Amino acid sequence: MAGVDIRNLRKQFGDLSAVDGVNLSIREGEFLVLLGPSGCGKTTLLRMIAGLERPTGGEIHIAGERVDGDVPPRARGIAMVFQSYALYPHRTVFQNIAFPLEASRLPRTQIAEKVQRAADMFGISRYLDRYPRQLSGGERQRVALCRALVRDPKVFLLDEPLANLDAKLRNTARDELKRFQRQIRTTTVLVTHDQVEAMGLGDRIAIMDRGKVRQVGTPEEVYEDPVDTFVATFVGQPPMNLLDLGDPALPPRTLLGFRPEHFLPRSVFQPDEDVRAFRFSVRRVEYLGSDRYVYGSISDGAATDTTVIAKLPATIALAIPEGEQQEFAVPRRALRYFDAATGSSRKI
Amino acid sequence: MLAPALAYVIVLVGVPFVLAIVLSFSNATAGSLSFGWAGLGNYAAILGDPIFLRALRNSAVVTVGTQLLVVILATAAAQVFRATFRGKRFARFVLLLPWTVPVSLAAIAWTWIFDSTFSVINWTLKASGLLHGWLYWLGDPGLALTAIIIVQAWRIFPFATVIVLAGLASIPQEIVEAAVVDGAGFWRRLFQVELPLLLPVVAVAVLFGVVYTATDLGVVYILTGGGPANTTHVLPTLAFQRGILGADLGQGAAIAVFLLPFLIVVAVAMLRLARRAEVGGAAR
Repeated sequence: MAGVDIRNLRKQFGDLSAVDGVNLSIREGEFLVLLGPSGCGKTTLLRMIAGLERPTGGEIHIAGERVDGDVPPRARGIAMVFQSYALYPHRTVFQNIAFPLEASRLPRTQIAEKVQRAADMFGISRYLDRYPRQLSGGERQRVALCRALVRDPKVFLLDEPLANLDAKLRNTARDELKRFQRQIRTTTVLVTHDQVEAMGLGDRIAIMDRGKVRQVGTPEEVYEDPVDTFVATFVGQPPMNLLDLGDPALPPRTLLGFRPEHFLPRSVFQPDEDVRAFRFSVRRVEYLGSDRYVYGSISDGAATDTTVIAKLPATIALAIPEGEQQEFAVPRRALRYFDAATGSSRKI
Repeated sequence: MLAPALAYVIVLVGVPFVLAIVLSFSNATAGSLSFGWAGLGNYAAILGDPIFLRALRNSAVVTVGTQLLVVILATAAAQVFRATFRGKRFARFVLLLPWTVPVSLAAIAWTWIFDSTFSVINWTLKASGLLHGWLYWLGDPGLALTAIIIVQAWRIFPFATVIVLAGLASIPQEIVEAAVVDGAGFWRRLFQVELPLLLPVVAVAVLFGVVYTATDLGVVYILTGGGPANTTHVLPTLAFQRGILGADLGQGAAIAVFLLPFLIVVAVAMLRLARRAEVGGAAR
């Protein structure tokens, strides 16, 4: 049972609580993504699982064994890919991949076999005699992955592995990584600040903010039912629109939320469809090819001039003139409600 | 703009350099301003002189021995100074003192430490039961050379430590962490990851060390004066003794000139090593 159990984990740096009481259960074979803005504690959490950082409090269990005491990284059965890949520049690709095997004192013939097999699996056999500085970013990433997996770790840790790749390469790399993990079924924990990456890769996503986990769930759960305004606005591009309408029909201080892709011209919906309509003053339209982002404001009830964004797919070809008012609407089932004071979601 | 610097180099470095080479082919003496051509006579004389050959050997032994000791000490000291501990600032200050103390003062102090009657080293070794006879440091040719190596290493290793510390800091932390995660213990990390990446830096430290040791006159002169019985002469001290004290400038110059190919070879070797390590191993 090579899952990871984190109980009430804490890490203090002086006065700062980088990780503030995190409870997380990662199932065996799961691909879990730690998502959050810079400084939320996700990398610190990953490094504590790896053993590179000592927790101030709490427990970590890997494959049923407690490791947070003084168990060094090499005894935890983990492998890690760093953001910069951290390849040994003075060693060839072959020697890089062989290094962890040499450290565990495997006989040389076995090392050569394993390295060759791992290299074939990643498609990097022809680079075995080259040095890292002679490889491209994508090739180096594959070497880093290969070096991490050659030891058959129980848990695979990745720290923003796609951050250093250029945008075009990122999509294919993401696809390869996901398919690869599905194939080898090693428990994987990946840290990223890119919510597209998180949604695309994670079986489940743990969203963190300021040292705490705000929500853990599948991409659908996290997107459709955010547990608070932080999750609601962090996940989703553009972020969810939040309005304080002062609607007497709702409890006091309730925020109304709806995602830009649900905010469409009224005429798009059927006349008898259950929608909430708004008068939308259009300020600016951005043409992005597959979508149009419409920036404008809504004045309704207590909300005066709140900036709202609409995301229209290219399939809706209606003219949206700038500087004019139009009637827009949101299906009622797509509306979300949040407490304005605490930010937590509310069921209405 | 470069004129003053150029003038400095020419007057204070270039002229004596060329003059030394020219003098080695002369029979000039320290007392007069006479200059007579002597061809290769001086070179023939010293190459047949066992004292010179011994000095040549000593220069090599002292230089190499010192560098070995310095590299070991500097690597160890750098490891210690990587950790944070109370009093680290003070410890670092103390570490750098040998480097800042004037050579002659340090050598005089060490002469006392190695003294035949009052040596504190002997006293300590005897008191801890490790020494059963007595070490006549500066009176025995082998021990005297060892003493010289000790003093030279003591003098130079702070400088080397600072250079190695800077080099260690320039190794990306993620690479060291990757080695930790890959399962490498302390020694494997040190010898297979850190030291290879430190090679260009260590090469620079060794180059400086070689130059400072091979050209040093003060330590040897004050410690042993070249004795006992001319057995611990190094090239600079012998050149001084023959050229200035013995007034035979030509011969003195010839002895000094022998330092030149030695140093050039070492400098080229070190720079080559540094460039190769940099090109083959630079992190991108």
